Amino acid sequence: MAHAAHDTHAHDNHGHDDHNHAPGFVSRWFFSTNHKDIGTLYIIFSVVAAFLGVGLSVLMRMELQQPGLQIFANGQMWNAMVSAHGLVMVFFVVMPALIGGFGNWFVPIMIGAPDMAFPRLNNISFWLIVPAFMLLGASMFVGQGAGAGWTIYPPLSDSAYQSGPSMDMALFALHLAGASSILGAANFITTIFNMRAPGMTLHKMPLFVWAMLVTAFLLLLSVPVLGGAITMLITDRNFGTAFFKPEGGGDPVLFQHLFWFFGHPEVYIMILPAFGIVSHVLSTFSRKPIFGYLGMAYAMVAIGVVGFVVWAHHMFTSGISVDTRAYFMAATMIIAVPTGIKIFSWIATMWGGSIQFKTPMLFAIGFVFLFTVGGVTGVKLANAGVDVILHNTYYVIAHFHYVLSLGAVFGIYAGFYYWIGKMSGYQYPELWGKIHFWLTFIGVNLTFFPMHFLGAQGMPRRYPDYPDAFAGWNLVASLGAYISAASFLVFIYVVFLTFVRKEKAAANPWGEGATTLEWQVSSPPPFHTFDELPRIR
Amino acid sequence: MRRILSTVLASVALLGLAGAAMAQSAAPGEALGVPHPWGLGLQEAFGPVKAAIHDFNDLVLYIIIAITIFVAGLLAWVIWRYDSRRNPVPSRTSHHTMLEIAWTVLPVLILLIIAIPSFRLIYYEDRAREADLTINVQGRQWYWHYGYPDNGNFEFDSYPIADADLKPGQLRNLSVDNPLVVPVGATVRVMTTGHDVIHSFFVPSLGVQKYTIPGRTMETWFRADREGTFYGQCNQICGNNHWFMPIAVRAVPREEFDRWAAEAKTKFAEGQGPGWPERDRATSVAALTDPSAASPGEARR
Repeated sequence: MAHAAHDTHAHDNHGHDDHNHAPGFVSRWFFSTNHKDIGTLYIIFSVVAAFLGVGLSVLMRMELQQPGLQIFANGQMWNAMVSAHGLVMVFFVVMPALIGGFGNWFVPIMIGAPDMAFPRLNNISFWLIVPAFMLLGASMFVGQGAGAGWTIYPPLSDSAYQSGPSMDMALFALHLAGASSILGAANFITTIFNMRAPGMTLHKMPLFVWAMLVTAFLLLLSVPVLGGAITMLITDRNFGTAFFKPEGGGDPVLFQHLFWFFGHPEVYIMILPAFGIVSHVLSTFSRKPIFGYLGMAYAMVAIGVVGFVVWAHHMFTSGISVDTRAYFMAATMIIAVPTGIKIFSWIATMWGGSIQFKTPMLFAIGFVFLFTVGGVTGVKLANAGVDVILHNTYYVIAHFHYVLSLGAVFGIYAGFYYWIGKMSGYQYPELWGKIHFWLTFIGVNLTFFPMHFLGAQGMPRRYPDYPDAFAGWNLVASLGAYISAASFLVFIYVVFLTFVRKEKAAANPWGEGATTLEWQVSSPPPFHTFDELPRIR
Repeated sequence: MRRILSTVLASVALLGLAGAAMAQSAAPGEALGVPHPWGLGLQEAFGPVKAAIHDFNDLVLYIIIAITIFVAGLLAWVIWRYDSRRNPVPSRTSHHTMLEIAWTVLPVLILLIIAIPSFRLIYYEDRAREADLTINVQGRQWYWHYGYPDNGNFEFDSYPIADADLKPGQLRNLSVDNPLVVPVGATVRVMTTGHDVIHSFFVPSLGVQKYTIPGRTMETWFRADREGTFYGQCNQICGNNHWFMPIAVRAVPREEFDRWAAEAKTKFAEGQGPGWPERDRATSVAALTDPSAASPGEARR
């Protein structure tokens, strides 16, 4: 007793030193251990990386706007840019925004935890991804670039075909980004399992936390496999091994298996957090609780589990036997069932609601529709019989941009508009938010819908020049890409306006529909969110 | 949202029109299997494999368009009916067991409808039951190498035609100097092997695609039911000229094929193959930076 009293007394002398007093600039932003600051760093990083990713896509669409080679000197340079676009978007835009950014910011707050379980691990997770990005960015300017596609299949990624350090830099970038993800995943799993506030049982956890839990498990189980595969690739390139070289007894197809064992869960890693965000946004702006909460949570678990046993549907033309194709086809189609549960539950959440069409809600509704479009083309591609003529064509490009560029990215935007008031303390300008939404919606659809037609007609991906018959839809897609790029600049302007206007955000600007814990604390939340643990009824 | 819907509907309508337009007959030897400007659907089918793919593709396409329209309709209704101005007091419903069971079971049934013909299709596509001839296909950086083990065991290279050398009627980025020649109506077994990196032998209008992977031999098949030329392109990223190694398959009557094979046997005798000298790996990489090492195909840039 006496000891405790003494402590209180000592604290009084320091004058609330332990509450809202953030450390100085360098220690706050460079040695940060606060989950909110690290989350902010991730989001800033993601926006910076997006400039590169979007910039590359504009260059690509300028090249493809008409037949012939206009911008790129040769195919190798084109391949290097295409590969960089993919890797940047996957590892340095979508993942940092959704997992590092929103995950770090809101998982601890939503479960009523004071911070992440391992704050210093959290710091190194972020600071690994920065050199990774620099390595990948630099790889484009070294030698002939790393032009083997984001799937880096050997033999093309071997030293005989991608000579020089460029490819190695890209591989080390993947290693660093992978290490960052694994550490982050361990941190999330530990946090969610051990640091929930009293009363916050697993079945009361907000869906975004469920999404992050499943995502973290997918990362923890899949990224080490990628790490193994690219390590073997690095030793094949530099130390004379022959894991993937047939002339030394190795097997190029082995790499494809390992890559896609990682690669397929990876696409769910990118979309599951967006699922979580969309659930919250739809419920908040419909002023209704989530419909079928348990079904929604376990649908995500099911997607995560089944997502690990479908990888070879990326390899239907790689010579796997017909029985194996039959299995992977069936397993893949099964994923449509939990996905369907989610789509219909989202609609049922809105059904009977009292819907306010604020910007985050527009992005969330857009997400539901566009994800459906991307999902049904996925059902078609799952059938190996049709995939024979659609594999590697623009149909696949259209499919995965509908689920990622229009799915995951719409999820990111929905989360941004939903939470920017909470994170910064300043509310975004509603009119400009809506302009941003419509411009994005029109731009991305104009870009990617025609790609279904190009793919059906047989246009292969990763082509800087194409037969003249493909010119028409490519022109339309390019015009759409310019609108999309402009919409990204509008987004930057929205961010700028938000911080210039300094319109104070209330603790809960969305009203009764917003029920999760982050809306119970001030905007922005105090440096240490909870002085004492909240109790969940 | 309505924009997308109408695009989908328009696509379906146009798809029908395009199919009708393409049904007209073409002269022998004409380019049949090609992409069409503003084409929307799959390239026309000129063989039984592709025809089977079309039947299945149509089934799935109608189902997914129906699902998309259904979801869009539900969303449109919800957006209109449950706007806060029209419905100020939200309901608190968050469960409906029967509904949840329904939207789990119904997709399973739809998937079953898709799965049954789908399985039949992949086993049909897998390999030729009784092949009339076998052709060896090898993808190389950046041209195709074809072998005819059953018809005199000759081999030759197939190079793309540079823009400057295109003759009237030839297609930019699709025409080649020596097409793969097959007898019309013959069941052709295709054995693909790799040489340097992975390529993909892809001819959309014949419904055939297979990677060519170093260290492996893989099998597939096709049959061309009409005289004409069917085009495809390499469909797996393979380096600098990935975009410039097209495939042309010419289907000719059996007698013409036999004549061609007899001629080809002498023309393409060992070491006499036309085309560019085969470069070793080091040269092919060096050619990217050293303009003096550029081959004819690259010189056009």
